[in-house]
Amino acid sequence: MTNSISIKDLTLNFGAVSVLKNLNLGVAEGEFVVLLGPSGCGKSTLLNCLAGLLDISEGEVWIKNKNVTWAEPSERGIGMVFQSYALYPQMTVRGNLTFGLKIAKMPAAEIEKRVARAAEILQIGPLLDRKPGALSGGQRQRVAIGRALVRDVDVFLFDEPLSNLDAKLRSELRVEIKRLHERLKNTMVYVTHDQIEALTLADRIAVMRGGIIQQLAAPQEIYNRPANLFVAGFIGSPSMNFLHGATVDGGRAFQFGATKVDLAGYDGGAILDRGKAILGLRPEHLLIQTNAEPGHTIAASVEIDEPMGADSLVWLEAEGGTKMSVRVPVERRMARGTNVHLKVDVSKASIFDTGTEQRV
Amino acid sequence: MAMSSATAINPSGAKPKPFFAPGRVLIYTLLIVTSIYYLIPLYVMIITSLKDLDQIREGNIFIPTMQPSFDAWVKAWSQACTGLNCTGLAPGFWNSVFITIPSVIVSIAVASISGYSLANWPFKLAEWCFTILLVGSFIPYQVFLYPLVIITREMGIYSTLYAVIFVHTVFGLPILTLLFRNYFASLPEELFKAARVDGAGYWRIFFRILVPMSLPIFTVAVILQVTGIWNDFLFGVIYAGPTNYPMTVQLNNIVNSLQGVKEYNVEMAATILTGLVPLTIYFLSGKYFVRGIAAGAVKG
Repeated sequence: MTNSISIKDLTLNFGAVSVLKNLNLGVAEGEFVVLLGPSGCGKSTLLNCLAGLLDISEGEVWIKNKNVTWAEPSERGIGMVFQSYALYPQMTVRGNLTFGLKIAKMPAAEIEKRVARAAEILQIGPLLDRKPGALSGGQRQRVAIGRALVRDVDVFLFDEPLSNLDAKLRSELRVEIKRLHERLKNTMVYVTHDQIEALTLADRIAVMRGGIIQQLAAPQEIYNRPANLFVAGFIGSPSMNFLHGATVDGGRAFQFGATKVDLAGYDGGAILDRGKAILGLRPEHLLIQTNAEPGHTIAASVEIDEPMGADSLVWLEAEGGTKMSVRVPVERRMARGTNVHLKVDVSKASIFDTGTEQRV
Repeated sequence: MAMSSATAINPSGAKPKPFFAPGRVLIYTLLIVTSIYYLIPLYVMIITSLKDLDQIREGNIFIPTMQPSFDAWVKAWSQACTGLNCTGLAPGFWNSVFITIPSVIVSIAVASISGYSLANWPFKLAEWCFTILLVGSFIPYQVFLYPLVIITREMGIYSTLYAVIFVHTVFGLPILTLLFRNYFASLPEELFKAARVDGAGYWRIFFRILVPMSLPIFTVAVILQVTGIWNDFLFGVIYAGPTNYPMTVQLNNIVNSLQGVKEYNVEMAATILTGLVPLTIYFLSGKYFVRGIAAGAVKG
């Protein structure tokens, strides 16, 4: 499989501060990769390096088997969509779409054809003669996508394109971007801090922190088998429950206070005896029941429940004051102070070494 | 039907205040008094300029004349004497025009491009340039007067209009560059990035994207420069040479000439004529001026 984009040992320094460190990333032809991470993790910076808007300190950027490390943004075969839309306010929608094409001295007939195609795909035909100021947020972002579309490039770069939109429009446009990707089959690199966008859109997600890719994998893999504590805590809402304890009996059980959880069926490597370890359990992988099953349940008492429409979240307190959350069907209401037992699905649990923070 | 259902709803919130509320009366009184205070001199100047000398000698400076005449205006424009020259303000007016137009155009062109470079194309010494500009815009002019005499002399333009144009252009640059830099820095950076992805270069981004968005700041710059240069006296006296005095210097010479009768009406008319150009600019561009000042102040 040939890579559409290859980033090799990319390092970016701003003065003495190193923003990206020895970063490697390959994106396959037609793949949708999402760069996900909290503010300041370097994801937008990486995208800007990819686009050629920032000069990198070391390393190489290859797009379509061409070394474009020092190429101008316009020569890289990319189209870019920005968070603030970045439409030229004094030009009409048509002017915005054709600005780059006219600079490239494209024949008028070809320009006309491309604009018509973009207008058809994005349904912005009736807006072509309006100015951006007269458009709604959703329409503006459509035009911004159109501006990337008319360039007829292999690689689309999205820099938090939906962050300025309200929740309803955001989910609508999210689906549209996915539809666009299925239709065009372009390589897309998409930056977001919204994990729902990442999980729904991506073929693969790169979770970033501090200028380093923490894990690059398919959404389900990242969700079920997070590489380390950071990824585990960042992905999922509410976040994963973390129980601090130790692995005992040669790695066959997890000791948490007086409770012992049998680890038979764990999906991962050799657990071994670890003096300090963390058991990570997602809220939907726990089952609330009234009877205790030694080795398979954790005792807890209900603090509060939050019905959320489709389902309901129950917040509990386990041994040693550890807060936990469990997702239950919405019909199931829990009274405060009820003592219950949480059944653990070990096959979907994650164990982390407290020292290295890596998943075992 | 609609009316009756609407009246059934009780309005909430504070009742709108009557027009003659005490606060409003106070504000308007203050505004009116202040306006009168500033307008009285203008009023006196206009009615005095329309009187003849006999009427002026009656001493009622606030009472308008029954036989207004524009003779004093004509005299101020074309016949008033400074020493032996009795050419009026007209030559000074044209000198000022020849000084102002190129100075304004050149200084704004250079400053806007420098400001754009500083804001959008960071280069190694950009921070230094910025600091130097800041310092430059606060050093008192007087420090440079003599060095500039030597510089213009060496350039061979001393005592010509070109010297004044040169000096005004140079002195306009620091503050204008800062003004433009701050304005361009306040425009969304992503717009600039989008233009680069579209393949636009240095000049095309400037002329096609940024300049069309910058009408307010250009208006501010034009007003600052036109009024500053038109009202300038010092540089005109020093660098223009006696045959090229701008209008302000000419006005001063007319008002301060000591021979013969003091012609108050002519002096008033001459003063109004000199102030007319900046005044017109303010009236024509007031709206943009306020907008531009506000826009330029957003980011440092």
